[in-house]
Amino acid sequence: MSRLIITGGTLLDHTGERPGSIAVADGHIVDVATTIDTTEHDTVLDATGCIVSPGFVDLHVHLREPGKEEAETIETGSRAAALGGFTAVVAMPNTDPAQDSVAVVEFVRAQGVRAGLCDVLPAGCITIGRAGERLAPYGELSAAGVHLFTDDGNGVQDPQLMRRALEYAGPLGIVLAQHCEVASLTKGAVMHEGSCCSRLGLPGWPAIAEELMVFRDIELVRLTGVRMHFLHLSTARSVQLVREAKAQGLPITAEAAPHHFTLTDEALAGYDPLFKVNPPLRTPADIAALKEGLADGTIDAIATDHAPHAPHTKEVPLDEAPPGMLGLETALALAITELDMPLAHIVGALSWRPAAIAGVAHRHGRPLVVGEPANITVFDPAAQWTVVPANLASKSRNTPYAGRHLTGKVRHTVFDGAAVVIDGVAQR
Amino acid sequence: MNSEPRVVLSRDDVRRAVTRIAHEIVERNHGAADLVLVGLQRGGMWIAEALASVLHTVDPTVTVPVGALDVSFHRDDVGLRPIVPGSVTDIPVPLDGRTVVLTDDVLFTGRTVRAALEALNEYGRPRAVQLAVMVDRGHRELPIRPDFVGKNLPTSRDEQVAATLDGVTIR
Amino acid sequence: MSTHAKHLLAIDDLTPEQIHHLLELTDHMVEVSGRSIPKVPALRGKNVVSLFFEDSTRTRTSFDTAAKRLSADTMNFTVSSSSVSKGESLRDTIETISAMGVDAFVIRHKSSGAPQMVTRWTNASIINAGDGWHQHPTQALLDCYTIRTGLNRRDGFDGLHIAIVGDIKHSRVARSDIQAFAALGARVTLVAPPTLLPPSIADWPVEVSHSLDPLLPHLDVLYLLRVQRERMADALLPSLDEYSAMYGLTAARAAKLPPHALVMHPGPMNRGVEMVVDPGELPGSAILHQVTNGVAVRMAVLFWLLGSGSDLKGDV
Repeated sequence: MSRLIITGGTLLDHTGERPGSIAVADGHIVDVATTIDTTEHDTVLDATGCIVSPGFVDLHVHLREPGKEEAETIETGSRAAALGGFTAVVAMPNTDPAQDSVAVVEFVRAQGVRAGLCDVLPAGCITIGRAGERLAPYGELSAAGVHLFTDDGNGVQDPQLMRRALEYAGPLGIVLAQHCEVASLTKGAVMHEGSCCSRLGLPGWPAIAEELMVFRDIELVRLTGVRMHFLHLSTARSVQLVREAKAQGLPITAEAAPHHFTLTDEALAGYDPLFKVNPPLRTPADIAALKEGLADGTIDAIATDHAPHAPHTKEVPLDEAPPGMLGLETALALAITELDMPLAHIVGALSWRPAAIAGVAHRHGRPLVVGEPANITVFDPAAQWTVVPANLASKSRNTPYAGRHLTGKVRHTVFDGAAVVIDGVAQR
Repeated sequence: MNSEPRVVLSRDDVRRAVTRIAHEIVERNHGAADLVLVGLQRGGMWIAEALASVLHTVDPTVTVPVGALDVSFHRDDVGLRPIVPGSVTDIPVPLDGRTVVLTDDVLFTGRTVRAALEALNEYGRPRAVQLAVMVDRGHRELPIRPDFVGKNLPTSRDEQVAATLDGVTIR
Repeated sequence: MSTHAKHLLAIDDLTPEQIHHLLELTDHMVEVSGRSIPKVPALRGKNVVSLFFEDSTRTRTSFDTAAKRLSADTMNFTVSSSSVSKGESLRDTIETISAMGVDAFVIRHKSSGAPQMVTRWTNASIINAGDGWHQHPTQALLDCYTIRTGLNRRDGFDGLHIAIVGDIKHSRVARSDIQAFAALGARVTLVAPPTLLPPSIADWPVEVSHSLDPLLPHLDVLYLLRVQRERMADALLPSLDEYSAMYGLTAARAAKLPPHALVMHPGPMNRGVEMVVDPGELPGSAILHQVTNGVAVRMAVLFWLLGSGSDLKGDV
């Protein structure tokens, strides 16, 4: 029997950290020990100097297929995910057609299986077509295996509709996730409303447009008792509202994207559409609050909001450009380089905490113990590298970090017992 | 290249040269009537004013008008000489039928004078244009010759010549 | 003497010395424009292309006249949004035209930052003729020149009090003027209802007032901006009548201005809204001078960017 042996690393899961090696066969962990003898039938992945952790789970990825395959496909997005250490990604439903029917959901899932690089978990919509008017068929979709539902790209504007959505969703055991944006406050907005947009002469996206919906939904959770997840928090006040809500025992989770805790609105001073994103980049005070929120657990997960856009779409004036940045291949390094947090906490925010929110905690984020499914990431926390857009696996190139020197890189990724990334190279 | 400038004409030498040139102008033109002195850029203004002053002493009945001509927009060179503030062209009288005496501090390649002749066309049709310079340093690149010269000074191309009321130096 | 620059995108790219230099250069251009044949060969052989993605006959012809007076060759494109939406992107348009050999593009675009973006796709100099709400640098320069000559202030604007009244939030003219007036030392007060001010201007070199009347007797320049009908639809103003009653220049308000004060407007005017009195009746109106000065200022800018090159050794 041929095995996959991961040797010489430091094992890190939610139980703690210890040196060790892992043997994998048939999709599962079959041996964990300080050293493991290898035979010539085995594939050996050298993990010297590396952390060996459960594979990462990204709660927020735009794979663009079906509908915008020139920007990304499920295959190219999965490859980028695997290279970033992710063994599962939640595929956002703002595809065309939208993921609000079983047919589209099954298509997306099947494409993910065909690519075979990570688990592609299609998210459903909260409303049909994400139009904010009628509930999507949660029962039917959850029976088809969908766990997370969002209108991402839009927030649900109507409080009555959001209340009904939560009430209906309650008994189904699913998670509704909100893109918090009060649309009437952000009409035409291109960047954060503040001193930079005033100087640049651009319509602004005020922080309160996010905070009002965060507040509203916290109160709806309080009213209905049904849990909710907040996508891409971007303001200090949003973090504080969530902190208080959690302190009161409300069933709320939240995520933050690396670009929101590493870049400010001043990045747009040159009008470069690479820095245009929704919600927008904000102020140093917001960055500090997001980092604090990640450190104290108010923010449960790092989620990339990976949003590929074909190059020509970002070569237009700022107000015409679509918002969104790549994120899958830079998330780990940005977290290690920029967050002043213990590595175990960073890995938790990338791995077991999002796995729980995504409803896949039985397969991902597992402890590194014999019998568990083998979804494993091996990364070198000290590796130095420079971001070169042309070298990214994504079909698009819209990363705001071109030329940036980062610390931390994935060396190997094991998905479902197979080594899909070896020495930083995708195997399929 | 030397860094210390060498004095070629003293202040007194310059004053005498100006006086001599003024007399030569009057002699050549049979009097000071119908003359207009036009100083080129900044470098030629002091000569125009000094000549006007001497001419007025010679014949107090005549006041020769003094104009300023900036030729930066007419140069033929690739990198144009930057405009020096304060030398906006000002030609106080129409030039038709008059004799213009263009003045400049140093005559070198002749290109500035060519540009000046072109620029002067905008202000009328003079009967004649004559050229008075304090120093002719040679190295002409165009068929331009001065009518009145303070001093002929052979130089090498990379030397710098400065001519003011205080004297003429070379370095 | 000011160092040469490659583009004119925004007033805050210029030092106060460079602004002074351009205003002094404008004096020369006024003289050239006064000649019987107002033309000099300074930019002969240069290609100046106007790309106006928002039409403005006045500004476009002002630039065209300026380029022609310097003997440059010109091409004018007014790109209506329908022709761009036929599939040719801004980048394609710029690269195609650049291939014909362009020394300078004069660009007006509805999107803030578009001229800056264009600098990536061509080696030509870029002159911003107005981008969205962001900047209109040649307008600010001609406004400064108008004040400089109208109030005889060649050394700068120290001690001058200038009020800019109207829709500051959406005004590229205001953003450029504020920077230029302040760079020259003026005291600038913005007068507008709070909804027509940009969200964060705490670090701008201005004071703010929501009331025009108390300021009038103390002003040296009253600068009026256009207020558009569309602002009512966005809940920024209840009505243009109300705006006019509170901020419009009526005969009564004009009478409160000191006798030397200039009244200015970048045009086109909304009669009856920001300008209630007939400007022809206002002795202090410098509006027509603004238009005339526009050509000379644009000549100065074109010459500064394309013609004034590096220092020569003193050859004659």
